[in-house]
Amino acid sequence: MRAKTVDKIATGVIIGVAAFIVLLLAGLLGFILVRGLGHLSFDFLTSPPDSFREGGGIGPQLFNSLFLLVLTMIITIPLGIGAGIYMSEYAKANKLTDFIRLVVEVLSSFPSIVVGLFGLLMLVNYFGLGFSLMAGALALTVFNLPLMVRITEQGLKSVPREQKEAALALGLTKWKTISSIMLPIALPIILSGTILAAGRVFGEAAALLFTAGMSSPRLDFSEWNPLNPVSPLNPFRPAETLAVHIWKINSEGLAPDAPEIAAGASAVLVITVLLFNLLARWLGRFMHRKFTATK
Amino acid sequence: MAQTTLKTSDKRITGKHHFAEEWVGRIYTTLCVLFLVTTIVAMVYFVASRGLTTFFKDHVNPLELLTGLKWSPEGEPPMFGALPFIFGSFSTSMLAALIAAPLSFCAAVFMIEIMPKFGRKYLQPVIELLAGIPSVVYGFIGLSVIVPFFRDVFPGQGVGIAAGALVLSIMILPTMTTVATDALAALPSGLKEGSYALGATRWQTIYRVVLPTTLPSLMTGVVLGIARAFGEALAVQMVIGNAPFIPKSLFESAQTLTSAITLSMGNTVTGSAHNNALWSLALILMLMTFVFVFIVRWLEGRSKL
Amino acid sequence: MKKAVMLVMAIVLTFTLAACGNNANNSGGNASTPPASNNSGGATTEPSTEPSEEPKLEGSLLATGSSALQPLVDQASKMFMEKNSGVTIQVQGGGSGTGLTQVSEGQADIGNSDVFAEEKLDADKAAELVDHQVAVVAMAAVVHPDVKVDNFTKQQLVDIFTGKITNWKDLGGDDQAIVIVNRPASSGTRATFEKYALGQKSEDLQGSIQEDSSGTVKKIVGETPGAIGYLALSYLDDSIKTVSYEGVAATEENVVNGTYPVWAYGHMYTKGEPNEVAKAFLDYMLSPEVQEGPIVELGYIPASKMQITRDVDGNVTKK
Repeated sequence: MRAKTVDKIATGVIIGVAAFIVLLLAGLLGFILVRGLGHLSFDFLTSPPDSFREGGGIGPQLFNSLFLLVLTMIITIPLGIGAGIYMSEYAKANKLTDFIRLVVEVLSSFPSIVVGLFGLLMLVNYFGLGFSLMAGALALTVFNLPLMVRITEQGLKSVPREQKEAALALGLTKWKTISSIMLPIALPIILSGTILAAGRVFGEAAALLFTAGMSSPRLDFSEWNPLNPVSPLNPFRPAETLAVHIWKINSEGLAPDAPEIAAGASAVLVITVLLFNLLARWLGRFMHRKFTATK
Repeated sequence: MAQTTLKTSDKRITGKHHFAEEWVGRIYTTLCVLFLVTTIVAMVYFVASRGLTTFFKDHVNPLELLTGLKWSPEGEPPMFGALPFIFGSFSTSMLAALIAAPLSFCAAVFMIEIMPKFGRKYLQPVIELLAGIPSVVYGFIGLSVIVPFFRDVFPGQGVGIAAGALVLSIMILPTMTTVATDALAALPSGLKEGSYALGATRWQTIYRVVLPTTLPSLMTGVVLGIARAFGEALAVQMVIGNAPFIPKSLFESAQTLTSAITLSMGNTVTGSAHNNALWSLALILMLMTFVFVFIVRWLEGRSKL
Repeated sequence: MKKAVMLVMAIVLTFTLAACGNNANNSGGNASTPPASNNSGGATTEPSTEPSEEPKLEGSLLATGSSALQPLVDQASKMFMEKNSGVTIQVQGGGSGTGLTQVSEGQADIGNSDVFAEEKLDADKAAELVDHQVAVVAMAAVVHPDVKVDNFTKQQLVDIFTGKITNWKDLGGDDQAIVIVNRPASSGTRATFEKYALGQKSEDLQGSIQEDSSGTVKKIVGETPGAIGYLALSYLDDSIKTVSYEGVAATEENVVNGTYPVWAYGHMYTKGEPNEVAKAFLDYMLSPEVQEGPIVELGYIPASKMQITRDVDGNVTKK
């Protein structure tokens, strides 16, 4: 009897804690959205910021965030998947592999501020990239690479052994087996993992303060030549992302409506991350259904 | 006859093709891994070479840096005692883990043992979303909500280790919950069923069987959480107060390694003693990352036994 | 494998398309050259400081440094680029230290700083830099709105910031503990405040709050009962209370005529004499258009208006 009472109490506590976590998130999201949504408008999303007058927007910052994300992903995905394949399929179980695995783990838990400082030293100053999108993308690659490696490994591990062995038995080379049999099966997992990682890139600020810079040059959205300094597509121009912009106007904003802009920008950021999460779930489920023919 | 020659040549071509294809794949993936390793070696090298300048060029005693209590790099004479920062980093991240650990364990038990369907469908996405909220936003909420609350309820100014730890605990909750969930899910079902068959209640099973067997994995989650909290910069800087002292209470202004770096890095000139000292702090952060990784590996080794 | 090839092709295609787009744009640009030159002709008829026969400026500049100066330089650079379409100016923050380092090492053309280079860099490195003082930033002591103190003497401020006075009642206010909101020791704002308001260096105090950004200082001082901090004049508003120093109110007028001493120059350093583009931009910063425009709007004080000058050691001379 007593054991049953204890059981009931414990279950109650656990359910209570779970409810608390949901409430916490609801509260956080509510706080951000309630304060920010009022400020959102098409104009706010598209117009450039104003350093000291009211009515500045976040247009270039939003574009920078998205473009930086694309750049980062173009660099990260091939590298991460390649390294992940090596780790899961080619690496032999020896000291060297162990060491590499250690390296990946260390890299993944590196403080973002240290990565930012490294970017400042190596990319911005030493390689002469200056404060630029490219430097920012490479710094973010350092973060995302371990994640991609882990996701790819997980994806490849989920492939049924029979399928892999069947392909090898048919005389396919190992590489062919991996690229045409295993990768497509692992794709849903890799894809949803990638999108989740992308959401994290979107919110990163500490590493970008020192690499992508804190200002956005004049942008001409009719100029699409990536080599032109005023082109939004130029990867070697400095770019302030949304998260960095929030940091900046919270700290040095002179515009009278700086708190509202910060709140609005935070809401945009959170909504975007939310969309990323939903997209990842939907895409994962969709592809899983498509590839495995389960209902 | 003609047919056989054709076949052999065909086979040779495909063989060569296969061979080339295999090597392209192998070389490509190896290059990727090499890139990964080069990056981290370069990073360790650069941070270390910068961080060690303090000792070689500015002749700061490493022991002074690690145990000194006074940090005034612009003073006369400059003092480089980073113990307050080290203390601040450890206390905030440990406290954050202490808050988050029971929460994450309960969330994991809820998702695996109590309501698997509901948990997987609602609780997990919710927790993943927590991971997606940018740290700048967490810091801002901390400054707007937690700090004023602490200021009203407790003596002091609201900023300090308690506020920092609370913000961090929310930020590390997803990491810890994910690890705990994986650990519980990986538990052989026979173990639990055996316990139930003996007439144990659910709580008895969780407390006596599940918890002890998964403890090393749960600890892994805790260490990973601490590691993440240790490296977080912007959110902590906004709520901790940033006074370079070991605080007398949880509600008194304190400072962490990361916040010391972000606060002064931009204001100091490369090559100055102050700047070098900040790199030394970065070096300490990096070494701590290695320590955390080793602890995690040791724990993982134990959980396999 | 196929997918990788596709990806590469997609990227190549994007770039080619972009290049084509550019060609089209270029030809369009060529066609419209005459109106463009008309435009610049129009600009020169305006009362402008630039000589009318000056050849069109071409080039790019990178100005980095002080986050306090960044909004100003940013705004001025936008105005400058509108007039000189061949010039691209990038303005970055990062702090005075970063600005001085980068200009000294040649990574940036202009280093923005709110302190004299001599105070941060080694003497020989500082000697290579040429100072351009474009604005004046004045600072005021601020307190939480409920604090009943309207004036600080120098000694009172020293006592507060060195921890000798810890309660407002010692200064004639309520019985309320003083909460110090300081800047980090490396901050240029703190250096200015210590030099001209306290007249001495101060140590960090146990329990004091340190924030680097003006926005956060303002927020904390405005919300924490009994808080005291200091802010540039451009950040002052109703959420905090501004306190006079030695009976002198922190106003632009008092700074200009030399009665209010807590201010610093906004410096823009170049390594050696500036090149043509940098010189044109720095001249533009000192032109009435900027001095009476964004400088005033952003809450700085025009350098051209100052009736006194002050050197790195704090010696004041009448102009």
